[in-house]
Amino acid sequence: MARITFREAISQALREEMYRDERVFLMGEEIGTWGGTYAVTRGFLDEFGEKRVRDTPIAEGVIAGAAAGAAIAGLRPVAEIMTINFAFLAMDQIVNHAAKLHYMFNGQMRCPLVIRTVGGGGRQLGATHSQTPDVVFAHFPGLKVVAPGTPADAKGLLKTAIRDDDPVFFIEHATLYQARGEVPDDEDFLVPIGVSDVKREGKDVTIVSYSKMLQVALDAAGKLAEEGIDAEVIDLRTLRPLDTRPIIESVRKTNRMVVAEEGWRAYGVGAEIASRVTELAFDYLDAPVRRVAQAEVPLPYNRRLEQMALPQVADIIHAVKDVLYIK
Amino acid sequence: MTKELSKPELLDLYRQMVLIRRFEEKSAELYSEGKIGGFLHLYIGEEAIAVGACKALQPGDHLLTAYRDHGWAIARGLEVRRVMAELLGKATGVSGGKGGSMHLASAEHHYWGGHAIVGGHLPLATGVGLAIRYREEPDAVLCVLGEGTTNIGYFHESVNLAAVWKLPVVFLVENNQYGMGTEVGRASAVSAIFQKGCAYDIANRQLNGQDVLEMHEAMGEALDYARQNGPVLLEALTYRYSGHSMGDPERYRTKAEIEEWRTRDPIFQLCDKLIAQDIATQVELDQIHHAVEADLSGIVQFAEESPEPEDAALCEHVFVNPIPHR
Repeated sequence: MARITFREAISQALREEMYRDERVFLMGEEIGTWGGTYAVTRGFLDEFGEKRVRDTPIAEGVIAGAAAGAAIAGLRPVAEIMTINFAFLAMDQIVNHAAKLHYMFNGQMRCPLVIRTVGGGGRQLGATHSQTPDVVFAHFPGLKVVAPGTPADAKGLLKTAIRDDDPVFFIEHATLYQARGEVPDDEDFLVPIGVSDVKREGKDVTIVSYSKMLQVALDAAGKLAEEGIDAEVIDLRTLRPLDTRPIIESVRKTNRMVVAEEGWRAYGVGAEIASRVTELAFDYLDAPVRRVAQAEVPLPYNRRLEQMALPQVADIIHAVKDVLYIK
Repeated sequence: MTKELSKPELLDLYRQMVLIRRFEEKSAELYSEGKIGGFLHLYIGEEAIAVGACKALQPGDHLLTAYRDHGWAIARGLEVRRVMAELLGKATGVSGGKGGSMHLASAEHHYWGGHAIVGGHLPLATGVGLAIRYREEPDAVLCVLGEGTTNIGYFHESVNLAAVWKLPVVFLVENNQYGMGTEVGRASAVSAIFQKGCAYDIANRQLNGQDVLEMHEAMGEALDYARQNGPVLLEALTYRYSGHSMGDPERYRTKAEIEEWRTRDPIFQLCDKLIAQDIATQVELDQIHHAVEADLSGIVQFAEESPEPEDAALCEHVFVNPIPHR
């Protein structure tokens, strides 16, 4: 166990899997000579060479698509799309091809592909570089969507994703790279895809979150504890397939739920989870489910306006008090 | 040119072209009877390209095509009755009845589809080429596209990357003159499609797509070049007699134009050549037609009598490693 950053955890996962499996290679914009725009792959080019650390043109469609093609042919590519906003240029390859090949051709093809990408707002990059459109990708059967919130989960989930035989869309939040946490050194440390995790136990209210908002939710839970409110915090970790069991179990205990996500509220993670809780645990709810999410605007550049639009600790605290009917 | 191929080989090329044509005519009938659903894009008139090109492929080579794919599947050696079964949506179909006419494939034959998003398979083909180079294998990839696809961003992204990384991919454009109903000159700034290869500094050539022997020879050269050097762009000039798909009103062309192309029919041309060069007699060629008719009735019977997919097939193959529903 070592205390390392989220960035180091991702790097470790990549390095370990590249040593473990000759078929694993990296491709993407500026991952080699530059070392990665978020410095995740710094030193990889020297360590593994040009064959396995491949700088590509700025052409997201063929980055995702060629990686998918290499996967069909038996390799295990980890393609990096510099930010999730650019993944829209590769959307057709991701959802029309990678996510459908195995099904459409009746199991004849496999696409063991990982697409790593960076999402999230809060760095004053303006409307086109700050999105959290995770749910868009989670809409499609055939694509696994993973978004870790801690360094340990980042490492364990990325290693699992690389070893998985399906396409995995792996979302790293841009403001989490410096986050530190205890991470196992074990080279076979894996975190399963499709399993939600209780990150903080509590009895009064359930806060469901993931990725960057997990940290915000944990901060909110800490402050609520000072006021005598005992919040349980659940980390989804995987958006598809979505594991609802810990959520349902928690709501049966607390009878109140808040879902906190960084993306927009409409058609979002909160909408999905509130719906599932209504279907599976309606009788246990003592208050309507509250959603904490981004304001329904393209994110502005101005720092104060941007922070107004993004969900904050205070928003979660407010929502929790709402479902507890505390004025 | 004909000396390279033996008489049995030449007769087999002829048989394949006749089989594909009759397969397609039969498919049109079955579509009209409501036995084939969805879209149906016929290959009639273009048979020489697939038959000639596939003759030049080595067993380990890879193939990806667009959705006008029946002829390619047959020429690549997929079991024809299973191709027909796929059109009928049957469990015995090459894609288990889950792909349909536009999504034929066979991993065993390295035929990685049958893709229905125009241009979508070009990046995939580039990636298969990457895997070949990565593992230092001797194989090549044949990526077949329509001329309309050369206007899509994927064409630029894929040919460029294949050229930068010197990947063994032959991009073969089937220029049948129309992207759906839009004539090539109305959609592409460059009508001589092969010239687009100059933009990427790769080998490029225009071919007579009505001549199966020219296709075979040129494809053999292109594949060898690609294995050694990198990507090639070929343009095969051809024509589809049928509409874009079934139900095409064909307001964009005249009957005279179709008739003019029929004078260069690929099957008739090979027939004339084989007889003129004393390679085969009319009787021998007639026998091939009869044999194809007999085969075809067996093919259709197999497809019609095959079972529908089981209900359980609905949820199979969403994931290779499914996660239990929680």
